[in-house]
Amino acid sequence: MDEVVLELKDLHTHFFTDSGEIPAVDGVSLKLHKGEVVGIVGESGSGKSVTSLSIMHLIPKPPGKLVSGEILFKSEDISSASEKKMRKVRGNEIAMIFQEPMTSLDPLFTIGNQIIEGIRLHEKVSKKEAKARAIKMLELVGIPRADEVVDEFPHQLSGGMRQRVMIAMAMALNPEVLIADEPTTALDVTIQAQILDLMRSLNKEKETSILLITHDLGVVSEMCDRVVVMYSGQVVEEGTVREIIKDPQHPYTKGLIRSLPNLHKKEQSLYSIPGTVMRPKKDFVGCRFASRCEFAFDRCFQESPELYSLDNDRQSRCFLHDEGKGVEEFADTNIRS
Amino acid sequence: MPTPILEVNGLKKYFDVRGGVFGRKVGEVKAVDDVSFTVNEGEILGIVGESGCGKSTTGKSILRLIDPTDGEIKFEDQNIADLSAEEMRKLRKDMQIIFQDPYASLNPRHTVEKIISEPLLVHSELNHEERKERIKELLEVVGLRAEHASRYPHQFSGGQRQRIGIARALANNPKLIICDEPVSALDVSVQSQILNLMEKLRNDFNLTYIFIAHDLSVVKHISDRVGVMYLGGMVELTNKDELYDNPMHPYTQALLSAVPVADPDNRPDRVILEGDVPSPSSPPSGCPFHTRCPMAMDICKEIKPEFREVRDQHFVACHLYD
Ligand SMILES: Nc1ncnc2c1ncn2[C@@H]1O[C@H](COP(=O)(O)OP(=O)(O)OP(=O)(O)O)[C@@H](O)[C@H]1O
Ligand SMILES: Nc1ncnc2c1ncn2[C@@H]1O[C@H](COP(=O)(O)OP(=O)(O)O)[C@@H](O)[C@H]1O
Ligand code: SF4
Ligand code: SF4
Ligand SMILES: [Mg+2]
Ligand SMILES: [Mg+2]
Repeated sequence: MDEVVLELKDLHTHFFTDSGEIPAVDGVSLKLHKGEVVGIVGESGSGKSVTSLSIMHLIPKPPGKLVSGEILFKSEDISSASEKKMRKVRGNEIAMIFQEPMTSLDPLFTIGNQIIEGIRLHEKVSKKEAKARAIKMLELVGIPRADEVVDEFPHQLSGGMRQRVMIAMAMALNPEVLIADEPTTALDVTIQAQILDLMRSLNKEKETSILLITHDLGVVSEMCDRVVVMYSGQVVEEGTVREIIKDPQHPYTKGLIRSLPNLHKKEQSLYSIPGTVMRPKKDFVGCRFASRCEFAFDRCFQESPELYSLDNDRQSRCFLHDEGKGVEEFADTNIRS
Repeated sequence: MPTPILEVNGLKKYFDVRGGVFGRKVGEVKAVDDVSFTVNEGEILGIVGESGCGKSTTGKSILRLIDPTDGEIKFEDQNIADLSAEEMRKLRKDMQIIFQDPYASLNPRHTVEKIISEPLLVHSELNHEERKERIKELLEVVGLRAEHASRYPHQFSGGQRQRIGIARALANNPKLIICDEPVSALDVSVQSQILNLMEKLRNDFNLTYIFIAHDLSVVKHISDRVGVMYLGGMVELTNKDELYDNPMHPYTQALLSAVPVADPDNRPDRVILEGDVPSPSSPPSGCPFHTRCPMAMDICKEIKPEFREVRDQHFVACHLYD
């Protein structure tokens, strides 16, 4: 396997609010290799965004705090790096794009100025050179009339164009890692197809490693090599994209995949997981999915399951994998066809 | 032969664009521009299309929540445009709407009981006790519990709020419900709960839905027939299997091929459209899709193609089938 460029080790990020301490990210570990696309999926509130913002040191504090754990960028722990150091890392080594590009584009500055500023923060080049590079980046991401758009303001662009500008800014510095948090959720499907295509070529041509956060299993399936499934602040399953989609092991992942309406299948009734996601709770004992799980048994309410390592580097957080016995029972009730 | 419950003919809704210091009219947004379709009793008609193509405007015009610029809307043979305010008020009992954002559409200061009793107070003759009984019944029908009646919207999850919105819509036994992106804001696992509930209610109460969404898989799952809109116009309309198996309009073809499929062994070749949807305040001449259409011909820039039945029950607006 290639070099690991980014690794999280038992990351804990908590929010200290009036109504108590929320362990939004509660012991997350994951690895991203060079040139790899890893997806993080999960329902809203499962801790996907807090995980990615933690990596970039962009958690609002207070109320948030990285309580413990390591963030290794090329084997160096940046979890307690200084803000000065992080300014270098952000953009230059790890770039991030967000769901709503308007929140990260400054409405008062032209598109060109924002890209140029980014480039000049990290490299010694003249304004003119930087501008020429900005135009080239805009062309590369498929912005029509790039030489004019470079002098326009964010509000003059459509949502899809703004997202392409964000990607152009992220690419301008040739980062090692791109973290994309729901980059296409706010876009229409035909525009989404353009953006995904762009990210794919970035990954292929520059070997940029991508951490792709999304709740859309279709997007995951088209883009990712490996997938991490999150539930209530924890990783509940990890595997290759094919394993997760075709042969999910954790009851939550199974339920999620069966809940999807499929464009290419005729089905009568959709499966649905009863209930709703549990908000992360401090000192919770038991499996966080137990109240919704059709396989739950006594132990699930009395102890908290660890991640079990399965074949081929797969992991799943479920007592059914214990002693092998449960897994077979499990196979019998496997309803995929 | 299916009986139409709703007929929409040549519906247009233009919004004025105002500007300058005097707020003078400087242009028009053609949000809906000559749309015609029928909805049959008991069916679910899906409407899909990208943001801003006029789906919600179509839905709101049908309920006359906004006044159409032109066109005819017939509900059970009454022309809605001709009705007096009082007649329209009566008709509203039969036609309801459910919105995308269940939170924004429920008054945060009212209890669930108050929210659901509003339409009952307007349209029914029930006394206090009967209303309480009806509310309890409605909550059960949508999968909530009687004790939820005294709670406030913020005490519920997104999916539960959508159930409250559905209960409110059902209160007076409507015939037609316009569902404007009812599951778009929900997580997958909750989305399937609501879709199943809506299908069950349709069957139990013989409802008719117009189901607006931008998610093609969701629309395919729930609908009997599906209409595709682009830039204020209907470009294709037929039964769902025909539409998904045999899309005829180049836009429908591109739209379907753009949907990411949750199957790593089946990564289809994409028709990736270039550019963005043009602004509805200055739509292209001729066929509104010609600026992005991979099949565009000379005639497409000049003449707007007619929306017509190209095959049995398969309507398309495209010169390829002239
Ligand atoms: N009150 C209004 N004044 C001016 N323009 C409007 C108004 N309401 C809608 N529009 C415009 O009409 C067009 C159609 O809007 P509509 O809300 O019907 O789109 P939609 O298909 O429902 O989109 P979405 O998927 O984003 O909900 C858009 O260009 C919109 O900006
Ligand atoms: N600024 C904040 N203050 C308090 N709680 C927060 C804050 N940001 C996020 N959280 C909580 O952290 C949890 C995870 O949130 P998030 O990572 O945004 O979820 P998602 O998986 O949808 O991206 C949620 O329970 C959320 O309410
Ligand atoms: S540990 Fe128990 S409750 Fe949790 S997923 Fe496994 S079977 Fe279900
Ligand atoms: S009429 Fe012409 S431009 Fe319009 S969809 Fe058909 S081929 Fe394309
Ligand atoms: Mg998020
Ligand atoms: Mg709308």
